[in-house]
Amino acid sequence: MSDLMQMLVAKYNYWIYITLMMIGLYAMIAKNNLVKKIVGMSIFQTAIILFYVSIGAKKGATIPILEHGHGEHGHGAGTHIVHAVDYINPLPHVLMLTAIVVAVATLGVALALAIRVYNQYNTLEEDEILAQIREK
Amino acid sequence: MSQQYPALLVVVPLLSALIISGAGWVNKRLCFPIAVVALGVAAYSCIGLLLRVLNEGVIVYKLGGWDPPMGIAYYVDHLNGLVLSVVSVVAFLNLIASKKSIEQEFPDKMGPFYALYVLMVAGLLGIVVTGDAFNLYVLLEIAALTGYGLLAMGEERAPLATLNYLYMGTIGASFYLLGVGYLYIITGSLNMVDIAGILPSLYQSKAVLGAFIICMVGVWLKMAFFPLHAWLPNAYTYAPSAASSLIAPLVTKVMIYVMIRLMLTVFTPEFAFNIVAVSEPIVWLAVIAIVMGAILALAERNLKKMLAYIVIAEVGYMVGGAWLGNRAGMTGAILHIVNDALMTLCVFLVAGNIVYKAKGYAFDDLKGLVRKMPFTMGAFVIGALSIIGVPPTCGFFSKWYLISGAIQAGHYGFMVALLFSSLVSVVLFFRVIEICYYEPFGDHHGHDHHSEPMDEAPITMLVPLLIVAAGLILVGLYTSDIINHIIEFAIPKGLV
Repeated sequence: MSDLMQMLVAKYNYWIYITLMMIGLYAMIAKNNLVKKIVGMSIFQTAIILFYVSIGAKKGATIPILEHGHGEHGHGAGTHIVHAVDYINPLPHVLMLTAIVVAVATLGVALALAIRVYNQYNTLEEDEILAQIREK
Repeated sequence: MSQQYPALLVVVPLLSALIISGAGWVNKRLCFPIAVVALGVAAYSCIGLLLRVLNEGVIVYKLGGWDPPMGIAYYVDHLNGLVLSVVSVVAFLNLIASKKSIEQEFPDKMGPFYALYVLMVAGLLGIVVTGDAFNLYVLLEIAALTGYGLLAMGEERAPLATLNYLYMGTIGASFYLLGVGYLYIITGSLNMVDIAGILPSLYQSKAVLGAFIICMVGVWLKMAFFPLHAWLPNAYTYAPSAASSLIAPLVTKVMIYVMIRLMLTVFTPEFAFNIVAVSEPIVWLAVIAIVMGAILALAERNLKKMLAYIVIAEVGYMVGGAWLGNRAGMTGAILHIVNDALMTLCVFLVAGNIVYKAKGYAFDDLKGLVRKMPFTMGAFVIGALSIIGVPPTCGFFSKWYLISGAIQAGHYGFMVALLFSSLVSVVLFFRVIEICYYEPFGDHHGHDHHSEPMDEAPITMLVPLLIVAAGLILVGLYTSDIINHIIEFAIPKGLV
């Protein structure tokens, strides 16, 4: 039992992202309303964004801005050593900026399509729409 | 100039999409020529690139001069040189062929349509040319989002069908992104060649296995591999004809390219076939995909939906061939990417011509078309023969390699499925051709056999279609050259 607890606590970020992902997936599969499905899709994408953001983090590290960077030449080149351990990994965060843009664009397209569907059938409930299609 | 081909083939369509959407506000007639020039340049660079690869071998293009693995590199070898050429040529021919149908179907939205069209081609070409796993995800979403826009412009049920496609497509792309995340955790790199160099010492890791499986599932969702195919038939059927004849030939084929790239370059065949050891169940899934695609196609009374189910069966061919785990199967799968792109383009262009003239694509609308549209139907017969796999059309040769791969691997189920689907295709296509041959008006009792005038599609729609139909035979005749000079080098030597 304590092993399980240890595993949960040590890798809590993975458990959170998996839980969120499953919530999103459940909404997309089980919900009847098209907008709720879109919300589920958004949760699903956000879970993966959180996963990426969490893997860049480190304990006791700071933001990756070099305090004595290229701009300063006073101390003489080569004397200043950068320890990568002191900084969090910025790359996953930069990647996620792109992924957030993609997620927003997807959400926009999905909502635009939902509006088109609503204008055609006057409802967003999937079963009612399918019933209308079957009647024709 | 030729040094810059890899960048040009993405940048030119990308920027032209912007210009087209601006030009649409000024004068709608400007959109088409700009799109033609953009895709012409892209096709020229792709073919130039393929010729360069044939002479010089693999080309690595560093974007902005940044060295991989820090910078993004475009990586062109024989495999994606071939796929790039096919994608760009198919997109170019379809653009010219669908000018009239776009004018007919949505005269007010020509600007947005051409902008999305060109942007989608930029995305597809980018997916194929890039050597960076995350860059591939971004371009995947560019191609997907523009694809949703194009498909949703269709008839009444199109928005709902597209929304369902969007849900599935987003899950697929997100899974791929998750898999890339796992790979990044393990290797600390996003460059495909770099990852491939780091991975071999980590093959026993569970996380690598997880990354591989998650990426594969994502890609399968995107390519509509049975049982993840449910979004495809409706989305392709209700789309405007210009969009379905762009998306049906290209999107599934590009996703199969991504799968093969992951199997051959990122993870090696060693890993995919020996360490993961799931080839057998996947080939059986492909068998089910082929059989179900064929049976569901048989149940349709509607030309475009029937063709959509054939696309699903063809996806089964290629996935199965790639997973047979031998050289002949892989050769067949790569050759079939080329052939199937052309075959699908051919039959969907025919469907576009029929929609343009007959205003419908249910089987009842097809009666008497052989007399009315002899050239279109002639091209349809060639396309049908190719899908069935009759020599000398190209479909025969890829099927030949797939079947010989199946025999080598001792996988007779796959062989039987291929033969079964060929037989079903015979039934499918000859049923359509028979309907097209007979006279339309039952109440006329056949009195006016000869009064029916020829009512062929416009010349701009007909010429690209006939070029594609001729291409089906030409590719068939030059199959041995394609295999000996291109595909032989595309498959790593380790795979026998």
